[in-house]
Amino acid sequence: MNREDFPLLKTGIIYFDNGATSLKPKAVLNSMNDYYENYGANIHRGDYDASYKASEIYEQTREICRDFIGAASKDEIVFTSGTTDSLNKIIFGFFKQYLKKGDEVLITKAEHASLLLPFMMLEKEIGIHLVYMPLSEEYRLTFESFKNSVTQKTKVVAIAGVSNVVGDHRPLKEIGAYCRENQILFLVDGAQSVPHQATNVLEDHIDFLAFSAHKMLGPTGIGVLYGRKELLKKMIPLEYGGDMNQSFTSLGEVTLKDVPLRLEAGTPPIAEVIGLRSAILYLKEIGMEEIAKQEMYLKKYFLEQVKDLPQIEVYNASVEGGNVIFNIQDVFSQDAAIYLNHFKICTRAGAHCAKALKEELPVQNTVRLSFYFYNTKKEIDTLVAALKKSDTLYDIIL
Amino acid sequence: MDKELKREIILENYQHPFHKGLKKEGYLVENANNESCIDNLDISLKIEKGKIIDATFDGEACAISTSATSILLKKLIGKTLEDAKELIENYEHMINEEPYDEAALEELLAYQDIYLQPNRKTCALLPSKAVKNLLKNDGEE
Repeated sequence: MNREDFPLLKTGIIYFDNGATSLKPKAVLNSMNDYYENYGANIHRGDYDASYKASEIYEQTREICRDFIGAASKDEIVFTSGTTDSLNKIIFGFFKQYLKKGDEVLITKAEHASLLLPFMMLEKEIGIHLVYMPLSEEYRLTFESFKNSVTQKTKVVAIAGVSNVVGDHRPLKEIGAYCRENQILFLVDGAQSVPHQATNVLEDHIDFLAFSAHKMLGPTGIGVLYGRKELLKKMIPLEYGGDMNQSFTSLGEVTLKDVPLRLEAGTPPIAEVIGLRSAILYLKEIGMEEIAKQEMYLKKYFLEQVKDLPQIEVYNASVEGGNVIFNIQDVFSQDAAIYLNHFKICTRAGAHCAKALKEELPVQNTVRLSFYFYNTKKEIDTLVAALKKSDTLYDIIL
Repeated sequence: MDKELKREIILENYQHPFHKGLKKEGYLVENANNESCIDNLDISLKIEKGKIIDATFDGEACAISTSATSILLKKLIGKTLEDAKELIENYEHMINEEPYDEAALEELLAYQDIYLQPNRKTCALLPSKAVKNLLKNDGEE
């Protein structure tokens, strides 16, 4: 659906690497251009029309984000450079102060490097303990596995809403409710969930959420950090500078602004925030339920087409959502991706930044297909035709 | 060397690699990986009296990296450190489209056309980079 809105599709590529980044619709690009061409001023500091307009749209985007993730207040939305930046700010700006030696953080081996590595650093710095919740059949995280991993020392659960490799939808509502009841904080890496399904931080009792615009039709370089207000207020800024302070003197008396501005030092990526605004409006127009449905439909269709191909091994067939990880028998995943590129099919080969998951999977590397609503059955037919001819793979890539 | 033969050499060395299975005891070991891709191999050399007397490797990598490692290690065995360095340099010149001595490369000529796929040059250079590191201290730890 909506294929005519995406200029890159006109180049003839078949884009199945949406987990890495999504394509951008014309509406997003136009809105950013419009800012630069017609009111490209700085925000929060100019007494002239262009700056007023830029400030207004910037602050309006906060409200649009609040509504999109179901938060209570727009002051709980902090703009960052992306999920990685958001997670680092949450972990080093909040959890580094909040956690004490011996406290346990529940996590899984399927998590992305941007969630695992900052916590691993805290493990070394302050002696917290990372507890890996066991993954069940097809590398899923279940509520039972979570619950069985909780101890008296559990202070935080840190997981992706949807894992970026396996693509399983984590039982956020159940985990969130249990955490709230038991004074455990709940941090969700939303990089792969917010673009593909409806998000509601209040209903799911999420305390912190991080996501990036570029995986949901928006530009690169902009993301969101959501934090429940009372927690956000306790967060220490990792960056100091303009637009985040109220006043300061040479005697070192510094007063900071309130959240969220306190956490946004310097001139932010204004055009990118405007691009994010257009991206969310675009997604809302289609509807997140509709998007999730289309992705699921494409995955089922792909599985149906390859079920009789003995050379294709799929590792997450039963997992809901729009991700497929597979290998062509006896072919290194990178060689498979290079072969598919010959047909202008874009896929991702490797461990997909979740390198600890290798310890669980039967293979180290896989080819990943990650669908979005603009993908079609016809594109999958082209892919399946290429997979059927994979005995000619080396003739093509060597 | 025609395209068909090149492909045959690469495939033969990918599917039946030479000395795959890492030996470490008494060997110098180096990990070879490309930041831009997912190739990950360990290479080990046994050096005695200024000569490479054995070479092994293991790991997961693409057809180009694996086969190039297989062929390169096969050719290195029996060579003095000087000759080994010369071979590596000559091979890298070929991959990087610089003047090189064709006669000395034999099977490695299978990678003569790799420059046509610039993103695969790093695959072909994976083993040579690792071996160069192993040889930089003239066989000392």
